[in-house]
Amino acid sequence: MSSAPQLDIDHVARLARLALTPEEKATFAAQLGSVLHHIEQLARVDVSGVEPSAHAFAVNNVWQDDVARPGLPVEAALRNAPAQRDHMVVVPKVVE
Amino acid sequence: MASPVLPSTLAATAAQLAAGQLSAVELTRAVIARTKAVEPRLRAFNSFDESDALAQAAAADARRAAGQGRGPLDGVPIGLKDVIAVKDQPLTASSRMLANFISPYDATVTTRLRAAGAVLYGRLNCDEFAMGSSNENSAFGPAANPCDVTRVPGGSSGGSAAAVAAGEVLAALGSDTGGSIRQPAALCGVVGLKPTYGLVSRYGLIAYASSLDQIGPFGRTVEDVALVLQAIAGHDERDSTSFRTEIPDYRAELAARRGPWKIGIPKEYFGEGLDPEIGAAVDQAVAYYRSLGCEVREVSLPHTPYCLDTYYIIATAEASSNLARYDGIRYGHRSQNAKDIVDLYFQSRAEGFGAEVKRRIILGTYVLSSGYYDAYYLRAQKVRTLIRRDFLEAYREVDALLTPTSPVPAFKIGEKSDPLALYLCDIYTIGVNLAGLPAINVPCGFTRGGLPIGLQLIGQPFREADLLATAHAYDRAHDWNQRRPNP
Repeated sequence: MSSAPQLDIDHVARLARLALTPEEKATFAAQLGSVLHHIEQLARVDVSGVEPSAHAFAVNNVWQDDVARPGLPVEAALRNAPAQRDHMVVVPKVVE
Repeated sequence: MASPVLPSTLAATAAQLAAGQLSAVELTRAVIARTKAVEPRLRAFNSFDESDALAQAAAADARRAAGQGRGPLDGVPIGLKDVIAVKDQPLTASSRMLANFISPYDATVTTRLRAAGAVLYGRLNCDEFAMGSSNENSAFGPAANPCDVTRVPGGSSGGSAAAVAAGEVLAALGSDTGGSIRQPAALCGVVGLKPTYGLVSRYGLIAYASSLDQIGPFGRTVEDVALVLQAIAGHDERDSTSFRTEIPDYRAELAARRGPWKIGIPKEYFGEGLDPEIGAAVDQAVAYYRSLGCEVREVSLPHTPYCLDTYYIIATAEASSNLARYDGIRYGHRSQNAKDIVDLYFQSRAEGFGAEVKRRIILGTYVLSSGYYDAYYLRAQKVRTLIRRDFLEAYREVDALLTPTSPVPAFKIGEKSDPLALYLCDIYTIGVNLAGLPAINVPCGFTRGGLPIGLQLIGQPFREADLLATAHAYDRAHDWNQRRPNP
């Protein structure tokens, strides 16, 4: 974090599965550059020996009894599918 | 334009309903008329279902007539931020991605409000996927501030705050990840509570940053907020982060817990960037607590300067992960312009998400990516530990902390175009989310230009009863909440 951060916008957008226009790439790279510059100051904090917190309170595994109970009916679960047929979601061909 | 004005508070309304002076149907008709009168200028609602609301109200009246009333919320219209699931109603997160989504089930808070008899009324406008501080990131257009419709209501729960302030509903639910309940409450002049992380179930809340998100109530008074919290608080097995804790009678505790409290003033919250009129109003509130016999002392939260950066790393990282589910396959927007399945993900997300959501997904993906994880995400989680320690350290000396809620009053729609400038609106609210604490906005004055000012009281984990009582001691003795904007 000591050197100026370089955000490779093409690489990150690919990781995020997000198509960006050339204009979006230019704008976001500039805006996020200034945000990352601001974030650089975190490097100044002494975190040696400090445990990370994923939550404000320690969260442990929560177990429930393995008992079947009613879930959403198929029609309700598929209600918002963009394309469906025979109780299944239709997607573009995956295997050539 | 003349429009009917509702009873002043939820508590007063509940008393009228209980005494038979008002029916739930009459009340709901008044709410609908008020909504129709002001919505062309406010845009606080993304949608509302008139006939559904009236049917719920009629059911509430029938229960009361049969002697089976369910308490103070029975028959009272309450609005829900459009990130909280209501079965068979739209759930959009103010995003093109979910523009046509109909919720197949109820959120737990929705189930609990139904059980309390509330009339679930409308889905309230917000920033897209709850990302923003001005409501300008809504794909359906920004909600406006009822005190001045050329200004923002704050965000992300801007519609919730605006609807309560304008008298379109008696109470509302919002969600708060970095200040999204408290900041709009401050900018619109209403009370807004962000409960302790884990007090209210997140089941059925559209996820933004799961370790920070928390649902909470808006109302005109602290008492009204206590009444709504009563209905929604408590453990839920469908949210594994929800906490098993005793739920007291919050309204009864308002009167029972009388202080005096030891109040801490974190010096880091009164520095550069604070509007002087807001600083002066908050000082007046501090003086009032002193007059009640409260001991007020300065405290330090030394890691405050690092809250904003810590927040934007953790929140965007979690958002990039949570929003990976919007792929155009099972629900949500699906692009018609994709050449294969992988391109379908890229195009659906490009077409469905707005600019701020894309920015946060990019930032979050970056801070989690190979080679940067330790430097950004892991380091931010360690700083989070230090931020939380600061608060817990302060609570060894004081019962509650008092700060401004927002450094600035409501600004003009379109005024702040730089993302970083908008992120700075949250400097006083985000530490609370990182530390998982409860905090409340209480109106404490107006600027010379007539814009609301709010103070923030920050409490100790799961001690909402104490926090509400502390806030009520100020709220009951001041009439800032009596001003009724008529947009």
